[in-house]
Amino acid sequence: MKYEAVIGLEVHVQLDTKSKMFTRVGTGFGQPPNTLTNPVVLGLPGALPVMNLAAIEKSIKVGLLLGCKIAPICKWDRKNYFYPDMPKNYQISQFDQPICEGGEVEIEMPGESPAVMGSHRKVELTRIHLEEDVGKLTHYESDSLVDYNRAGCPLLEIVSEPDLFSPDEVFAYLTSLRNSLVSAEISDCDMEKGQLRCDANISVRPVGTEALGTKVEIKNLNTISGVRNGVEYEIKRQTKAMLEGETIIQETRRWNPDQKYTTPMRTKEMAHDYRYFPDPDLMPVKIDQQWIDRIKKELPEKPFDKQRRYQSEMRLPYSSTSALCGDRPLCEYFEKAAALTKVPAKVANWVVNDLLRELGQNNDHNDPSAETVTLDNCKISPQALAELICLIEDGTISNNVAKELFPEMFCSGKSAKELVASKGLEMKSDGDEIDSLCAEAIAKDPDAAEKFRGGKEGAINALKGAVMKATRGQANPKLVDETLRRLLSS
Amino acid sequence: MESSQLTSATATELIDLLEGETVSSVEITQAFIQRIQAVDQKVHAFLHLDEEDMIKQAKSSDERRSQGKSLTRLDGIPVGLKDVISAEGQPLTAASKILENYVSPYDATVTRKLKEAGAVIGGRLNLDEFAMGSSTENSAYGPTRNPWNLDCVPGGSSGGSSAAVAAREIPLSLGSDTGGSIRQPASLCGVVGMKPTYGMVSRYGLAAFASSLDQIGPFAQTVEDAALLLEIISGHDPLDSTSYPSHVPSYSRELKAPLEPCKLGLPQEFFGEGMDEEVRKSIDLVIEFYKSKGFEMVELSLPSTDLSIPVYYVIATAEASSNLARYDGIRYTSRSEKASNAIDVYAKSRGEGFGEEVKRRCILGAYALSSGYYDAYYLRAQKTRTLIRQDFDQAFEQVDAILTPTSPTPAFRFGEKSDNPISMYLSDIYTISTNLAGLPGISVPCGFSQSGLPIGMQLIGQALNESKLLSIAHVYDQEHNYGRKAPSL
Repeated sequence: MKYEAVIGLEVHVQLDTKSKMFTRVGTGFGQPPNTLTNPVVLGLPGALPVMNLAAIEKSIKVGLLLGCKIAPICKWDRKNYFYPDMPKNYQISQFDQPICEGGEVEIEMPGESPAVMGSHRKVELTRIHLEEDVGKLTHYESDSLVDYNRAGCPLLEIVSEPDLFSPDEVFAYLTSLRNSLVSAEISDCDMEKGQLRCDANISVRPVGTEALGTKVEIKNLNTISGVRNGVEYEIKRQTKAMLEGETIIQETRRWNPDQKYTTPMRTKEMAHDYRYFPDPDLMPVKIDQQWIDRIKKELPEKPFDKQRRYQSEMRLPYSSTSALCGDRPLCEYFEKAAALTKVPAKVANWVVNDLLRELGQNNDHNDPSAETVTLDNCKISPQALAELICLIEDGTISNNVAKELFPEMFCSGKSAKELVASKGLEMKSDGDEIDSLCAEAIAKDPDAAEKFRGGKEGAINALKGAVMKATRGQANPKLVDETLRRLLSS
Repeated sequence: MESSQLTSATATELIDLLEGETVSSVEITQAFIQRIQAVDQKVHAFLHLDEEDMIKQAKSSDERRSQGKSLTRLDGIPVGLKDVISAEGQPLTAASKILENYVSPYDATVTRKLKEAGAVIGGRLNLDEFAMGSSTENSAYGPTRNPWNLDCVPGGSSGGSSAAVAAREIPLSLGSDTGGSIRQPASLCGVVGMKPTYGMVSRYGLAAFASSLDQIGPFAQTVEDAALLLEIISGHDPLDSTSYPSHVPSYSRELKAPLEPCKLGLPQEFFGEGMDEEVRKSIDLVIEFYKSKGFEMVELSLPSTDLSIPVYYVIATAEASSNLARYDGIRYTSRSEKASNAIDVYAKSRGEGFGEEVKRRCILGAYALSSGYYDAYYLRAQKTRTLIRQDFDQAFEQVDAILTPTSPTPAFRFGEKSDNPISMYLSDIYTISTNLAGLPGISVPCGFSQSGLPIGMQLIGQALNESKLLSIAHVYDQEHNYGRKAPSL
C-alpha cells in the first residue's frame, strides 16, 4: 500500500513592534539577558498588562493580507501552566475568539527550471491569534538559565488547515508566508533570531483515502532546512511504522537537528489542561469597520500579485520576477528606476544581476564591524541606475561600457554621466572612423573575412572584437555590425 | 500639643493644625510612631514599620510647607498601606510566607499618587494572607486584634488597616476590598471604610487576589477624611486597563454642599435571618435618623442576593488560582529547601509557602476552570453575576442608595469561625454582591453593641457616583461621629 502525508503547520511570528505586547519595554534581539524587563514582564506582584495597539494593528494587517475574517472583538484569555519560561505561569493568549479566522496562503511549487514558473495553489488557514511570547530557557547539566528579554513580545500564531502534502509544499508555504509578512513589514521573520518558529502536525494515510491518520506534533523545527528535514523524517518514520503494521500514537515529538531524528516529548494523556479563561485584567478591544478599512488602505501588494503584474504589464521574464518579488524594498527600487526608462525588463535585469551581485560582494560577512551595504545606503540610487540605462538606450555608451561603469558607480557614488564625460567613454558612432577601423580589421584578418563570405556567420565576431578592442569598447556595436557586413559583401 | 491629642485627631483636624503651623509633620509622624510602639504589641496591625523613612518623608513635607510649596492638603499626613500595595523599597508580604523576602522595586499607582500628594507613607498593615479571609486569622505572621476587644477579630481581610485607624496608630490607611475586605473590618473596628466603584482606583501595584473584584479604598475616622483620601487615589491610570477614564471631583469639597433628601432602598433579602438583633436595632435607628432628615425609605428586592456567595466563590477563586500562580519558588518567592527537581520547586515551595485558606481557594478555583467543568462553574457564575448586576440596576431606578448592615454580627472571637470556612464566608454576605456588581459601598460606624463592640451600616451607591454616596453617608456621620470614639488600650 502507498501512503501519503497530511501536514498542518503552526507558525509563530514575532511582530516587529517597538515595545512589548502589554507594557512599554523595548523589544530586540541580542541584548544582554534580562535587560528588556520591568515589573510587568517579570510578573511581579501587582503588575498589570496594558494592550499594545500596534500589535493589534499588525495582526489585523496580517489577517487582511491573508484574506481572513477579522473578529469584531479582540479578547484575551489566560493559558495557565507552570513552566519557568513564563513569569506569571500563565500566558496571555486567545482561546475561543482568535483575532482572525479562515484565510489562505498562496504557494508556488518549484518549476522545471529556475526560469520556468511552477504551479500555484492556495493553502487554507484555520485561524490566526495573538499571544505573548515566552522567555528563553537554556539548559545546562545541573541547572537551567532563563532570559526574559523575549518574554511578552507580541507573537502571532498562524495555524493552517491540514492542507499540505509534502516537505516541498511545507517549504513553499513557509517561503510564501515569510515573503508576505516581510513585505508587509510585519516581521523580519528571521528564523535564526527566533522571529519565525514552526511546529508541524503530521499524519499519514493510505493514498486514495479521505480520513486523517493519527496526528503527531513535531516541535523544535527552528530553521527552514530543519522544517524540511524534520517533516521529511517524520513522514518516513510514520510510513515505515504503518507498513510494518504498527500503530501511530498521538503524541508530541521533538526534532533533533544534529542527530536528524524525532524523539517523543509527551503523549496525549500527558497533555496539559490549560484552564483557559478570559483575562480579567484586560478589556476586550472592539475592531470596527472603519479601523479595518484604514488598515486595508495601507496594505502592500502581495508578492505573487506583484509578480503577475510585472509579468503581464511590464513584460518581465519569470526569472527576474521571481528574484524581485520576495523583496519589497528591491521591488520599490526597481519600480522607481523602471519608471524613468522605457525598458523595464532591462532595468529588472540590471537590478537582479548587477545590483544584487554588488550588494552581495561588498558585504564582508566575516567582519561584523564592517558597515553592511544595503539597499538603503547603496550609493547607486534608482535614478542613477535609470540614467545609466538611458545612456545605453540612447546610444551614448555601449552595454559593455555600462557593465564596467556599474561597479565603479557602486563604490564611488559618481553618476554615469560624470564618469562617461570624465573618461571620454561616449560610444563612437562616427561613420568614417568606423568605416576605416572595419576596413583595417578585415585587412588584418583575411581568414575571418573569407570564412564569413563562405557562409560562416560566426566568423564576423572576430572582426567585431578587433574593432571593439581598437576603440576600447566604445564603438557603436550596431554600426560596426552594419559596416562590416556592408564591406564584406561588396 | 500632647502626643495623644495628635493621634486622636482626624486627618482634617491634623491638616488644620499643619496649615495653622501649630505642629509640624515630623511632630505628627513622631506621635503616631510612639503610639504604634505603645499599642501595636497588643493590636498587631503592622507587619513592618520603617520609622526612619517616615521621619525623612515628614521632614521633606515640613520643608515644602516652610517654602509655601505644599503639594496638596494631605501633605505631611501619615497614611498606612495594606501589605498588598507596592511601595518602592518596602517589603510586600501579602501576609504570606511565600513572599517573606520580597521587596517591591516599584510603586503602586496609589502609592505614587500619595507620594505626589506629599503624604507620609507609613507602615505595612496586616491582612489575611493574599486578602483571603474575613478575620486576619489567616495572616502567616499572626492575627491582628480588635482594638475594642483584644479577644475579638478585627475583621478582614484588611484587618490591619482598620485596626490601625481604630487604635489611633495612623490617621488614614488604604485597604483592598474583593468581597467586603474594607467594609467588613471597618464595621468590626468602628471606623469608616469605603470600596469605590470598580475601576475608580488603579489596581496597578496591588498584588491581585481576584482581578475583576479587587478595588483599593480608604479607611478613616470620618466620612470627610475618607473622601479626602479617596480623591487623592482615584482617577484614570493608563497602567490599568480596567481603570475608568472619568473625571474625579473633589469629594471632600462636594461634601460641604447641602444635600437634598433622597430615596434610600432597603432590600428585603438583607434583613432576613442571620442578622444579630443588636445590629438590627442599630440599623433601625439609622433608618429613623434618615427619615427624620426627610429621606424616603423604599423597601425593595434584590432577588439574586442568595446567589452572590456561590458566584463569588467561583469567580474569585478561579481568578485567584491563576493570579497566584506566579508565586512559584522560581524567582522572588521563597523556594522550598526540600525541592530536588523542577516540579518539586513548584509543589513544595507552594505547599510550604501558602497557608491553608490560600491553598483551599487555589484548588477550588483551578477545579472551576478545569476542562469539562468550566461551563458548569465559571461560565455559569459569570452569567449569574450579570443577573446580580441587573438587580441593582433595577433598584437604582427607584432609589439613590441602598442601606444595609455591613456585617450580620459585631466582631466575633478568635477561632469562632476559623474551623468552618462556610460560616466565615457568610460574614461577607452583605458586602459581596457590591463587588460582583462593581458598585461603590461604604461602611459607616452606627453604634455599639452592649458588650462595647462597634456596629456598622453599609450604603451602596450607583456606579461612578461616589460623590452622592459620600454625601449621604456624611449626613449621618457628621451628626453621630461614632468613628471618633476611640477604644481604650
